[in-house]
Amino acid sequence: MSALAPSMDVSATPRTPFTRLVGVELRKMYDTRAGLWLLGSIVVVTAAFMLIFFFVADSPDRVFDNFIGIAATPQGFLLPVLGILLVTQEWGQRTAMVTFALEPSRGRVIAAKVVAALIFGAAAFVAAVVIAALFTAIGGADGGFEDLTPWVFGLFFLLQLLTVIQGLAYGLLLLNSPAAIVTFFVAPIASSIIFNLVPGLRDPAPWLDLGTAQQPLFDIGGELSLTGEEWAQLGTTTLIWIVLPFVAGLIRVMRAELK
Amino acid sequence: MITVEGLTKTYGGYTAVDDVSFVAQPGRVTGFLGPNGAGKTTTMRIMVGLTPASRGRVTIGGHAYRDIPNPGRHVGVLLDASAQHSGRSGREILALGAKTMGLPASRVDEMLDLVSLTDSEAKRRLKNYSLGMKQRLGIAHALLGDPSVLILDEPANGLDPAGIRWMRTLLKGYADKGGTVLLSSHLLHEVEMIADEMILIGRGRIVAQGDKKALLSGEAASSLVTSLDNAALSAALTAAGHTASPAGEGLRVDCDTAEVGRAALAAGVVLTDLRSGSAGLEDLFLTLTADTQREAPAAAPQQGGTA
Repeated sequence: MSALAPSMDVSATPRTPFTRLVGVELRKMYDTRAGLWLLGSIVVVTAAFMLIFFFVADSPDRVFDNFIGIAATPQGFLLPVLGILLVTQEWGQRTAMVTFALEPSRGRVIAAKVVAALIFGAAAFVAAVVIAALFTAIGGADGGFEDLTPWVFGLFFLLQLLTVIQGLAYGLLLLNSPAAIVTFFVAPIASSIIFNLVPGLRDPAPWLDLGTAQQPLFDIGGELSLTGEEWAQLGTTTLIWIVLPFVAGLIRVMRAELK
Repeated sequence: MITVEGLTKTYGGYTAVDDVSFVAQPGRVTGFLGPNGAGKTTTMRIMVGLTPASRGRVTIGGHAYRDIPNPGRHVGVLLDASAQHSGRSGREILALGAKTMGLPASRVDEMLDLVSLTDSEAKRRLKNYSLGMKQRLGIAHALLGDPSVLILDEPANGLDPAGIRWMRTLLKGYADKGGTVLLSSHLLHEVEMIADEMILIGRGRIVAQGDKKALLSGEAASSLVTSLDNAALSAALTAAGHTASPAGEGLRVDCDTAEVGRAALAAGVVLTDLRSGSAGLEDLFLTLTADTQREAPAAAPQQGGTA
């Protein structure tokens, strides 16, 4: 404690390292029952989907590629929720007051949350790979690990990271768990319906509708690779559905009054 | 030291904090006193960068809060003891704070000891905490980083009388060691007992500031006295040039207690009760913030009166 000095010497105190902020954000996700259940269910539900696939698929189809592909569905639902909660639980539980009092740079806190979200997304991918490898090794078809298409895993991984960041973006924009979760799931469906029903919108759909643009990423196991146009469409839809909400949410949080 | 200069916060046409300036000195406990909605919390939120100011500035030890590296090590903040995740245990809440500030885990145990939260209480989830326990945890959180400045919003809220005394001792000791303490309250008695310096705020404006003596120096002397012979005492006081009027079982006199005692001694009247009847801080507080109060005391008992 300082003596009776009117000014405070802060030169000896280093700024909180970014890695520590990321560590705290990771911990906040698993130190509550809700967070722990969510993380656990990502692993369990992924395994359950693969188990179902194992029983319903013809034995030649039980290959590593397909097991991985089946993981995309449950993780596509659960990872964005994780991204949303990383942000919104701070507002729902009002811990944002404490978080931002301990680290006044809001940009650093959000950046730490982004990194934490990417780490969770990557961990979910690793879990999917490990579980898929187990299924393939135990009961897979002969040569289940042959003809692997690394780019398929690359795209699946990319999709995981995009979807978790998309969740985070909706969380930042709405700062409310139910609203963000509902918006996340309803908005793309509404968008797909509109783009499919309105005849004039069908042609530009791949450029504007996220679901349409991401469709090629789900065609795992097929031989097709993304064309240049498909990459561009993935780019425009990512910009509209992920980058714009994220930027808008970031601006909102930077300006928000924290109560 | 906390320096607030010309701080103003407006929401549309509403001014929540209106040109507030004051200094909270190191080694002293500064009480920030005002009725509900007077702007205390808004001022404190602006201090730690959670709310942007419309005008004016706040420095803590010469720095803007956002420029203080790892601010938890320098400024302890408790704005709302309930603003923690209800699913985390008390220990986990402190552990998260300690981790953010880069403190060893042993610091958590030290703080739990300091605020007398037992091991089993620390393991409970926050939703199972009483308000008083939340306050203790919040104070522990504010003290984690061994800061030299404390900013506490309504810290005594929900504490039992023993808890309030404990907090008073803690904060006094903290100021005696050179720390700066700013605490807010809407309860005069709380602040009166602990604060060396008081800042009275009403409707966003500072209405008075200073220590207790300075605040009361403008007040006219007055005494309340009861004796075995009130009539004789009244006559003696009137003869001495004072005005005495019946008040309850005794008299109210417009002079200090020494004068009353002297008159009673001269008249040979036995006093059974003699104390200062000056309006005191409470009346001063109510007078100063009268136009900012939500209810007029006179209107309160009326049936159907607008409170």
